[in-house]
Amino acid sequence: MAKYLLLKHYRGAPAAVNDVPMDKWTPEELTAHVKYMDDFAARLEGTGEFVDAQALSPEGTFVRYDGEGRPPVTDGPFAETKDLIAGWMVIDVDSYERALELAAELSAAPGAGGEPIHEWLELRPFLTAHPTITE
Amino acid sequence: MEESLLRTLTPTVIGVLVRRGANFAAAEDAVQDALVEAVRVWPDDPPRDPKGWLVTVAWRKFLDAARADASRRHREERAEGEPVPGAGEEVDDTLQLYFLCAHPSLTPASAVALTLRAVGGLTTRQIAQAYLVPEATMAQRISRAKRTVAGVRFNQPGDVATVLRVLYLVFNEGYSGDVDLAAEAIRLTRQLAARIDHEEVAGLLALMLLHHARRPARTGTDGRLVPLAEQDRGLWDTRLIAEGVDVLQAALARDRLGEFQAQAAVAALHADARTAEETDWVQIVEWYDELVRLTGSPVARLNRAVAVGEADGPRAGLAALAELDPGLPRHTAVAAYLRERDGDLVTAARLYAEAARSASSLPERDHLTRQAARLNARLRA
Repeated sequence: MAKYLLLKHYRGAPAAVNDVPMDKWTPEELTAHVKYMDDFAARLEGTGEFVDAQALSPEGTFVRYDGEGRPPVTDGPFAETKDLIAGWMVIDVDSYERALELAAELSAAPGAGGEPIHEWLELRPFLTAHPTITE
Repeated sequence: MEESLLRTLTPTVIGVLVRRGANFAAAEDAVQDALVEAVRVWPDDPPRDPKGWLVTVAWRKFLDAARADASRRHREERAEGEPVPGAGEEVDDTLQLYFLCAHPSLTPASAVALTLRAVGGLTTRQIAQAYLVPEATMAQRISRAKRTVAGVRFNQPGDVATVLRVLYLVFNEGYSGDVDLAAEAIRLTRQLAARIDHEEVAGLLALMLLHHARRPARTGTDGRLVPLAEQDRGLWDTRLIAEGVDVLQAALARDRLGEFQAQAAVAALHADARTAEETDWVQIVEWYDELVRLTGSPVARLNRAVAVGEADGPRAGLAALAELDPGLPRHTAVAAYLRERDGDLVTAARLYAEAARSASSLPERDHLTRQAARLNARLRA
């Protein structure tokens, strides 16, 4: 089994096919989208492949250490950055092919007009905590 | 508490319930419930006959569950008429459980989860923690696995090779949380070796013991990976090594070589060397030749190239490496190592850094990055 992160971007991924901002969708289309995502997660739990899913606010702050006794310097919100992560799902699957299949399925979530969004999702393997012994 | 006793009894009790007519999935659930009750009750009121206690309680749990489920009523009535099994059948039951839980219709992850629960007696929570997934996910993985094997006849003979693959997977998972999966894999393989006379079962047990013996030396106090050549051999567990070598020798004497015996032979040769310099690399190359012949595995070929590099010098190792697919995992790391041994530090540093980027585990990535940093520092000096 291998764990993968499915990353969904607000911004930074190539444009989706059905690229209409969510605030331009009808309420029914929004409801259908949310239901699709929930059903997807529930189905993955049923197959024993679900690990975690979270959504992130687009608002955020940059923080860094800037010397003893001084407050951290902030440079927020992310207006200038290219990449903006919207959320993620973590899956635990038997193969890379299965991870691709699930990512594609998630990308097909319905958007405007009830049509699949075809958005680009980023798929990243986890580094495992234990090396396989090969010595 | 007698957790280990409980865990050892798990497959036996499941076997008894199945022979009384319970289906495997229901029997497995009932035994898990009985285990939970045993953990609660035994400390204050230890039973004189632990197995008998578990069978009685598990059977009651099974009947309760069957009664609660109207659709199971028919099965329950049929089951209650079944005779109690004779004592001689129990050994077989445990063996059958190994086969069932490693059934070829299961995905590797499902087979692993089911084996740990039904044969190992671990709880779903413990298995979920060990594999870092939510308990609900692991529960579903296990119930799906049980549904998949629902149609498999319990007394159907299985393939030992599939069982060994599952146990090897468990062993390689290492340990996280409070369950030491490597130790659990050894326990399950020992139990299997006691029930079936098979040279590859012995080979796998020997391999596990020999690898496990070196575990204390494999990781530094700061968590970093310590390569074999740099390990403090005083930390190796000599008792485990002696046992591993004994088990391996008995297996090899049967003259039916298999991949686990060959791998264990390599591990035994490493264990046999008091210092890295004393390692008998020529013999190790010969065992890798056998392993390549037996499996054709690209990983075996890669390991062979490393051994050739030690036996015949880095140039010979690089020549062996040149015949392999550069896309193989760890190919770049091996190339980096051989380049360094050949004195080409610039190339080695670049390859170590490249290998670090494609490493699949965190300790390995850190190790390779450190190697690149070490060489770069030397090159600057």
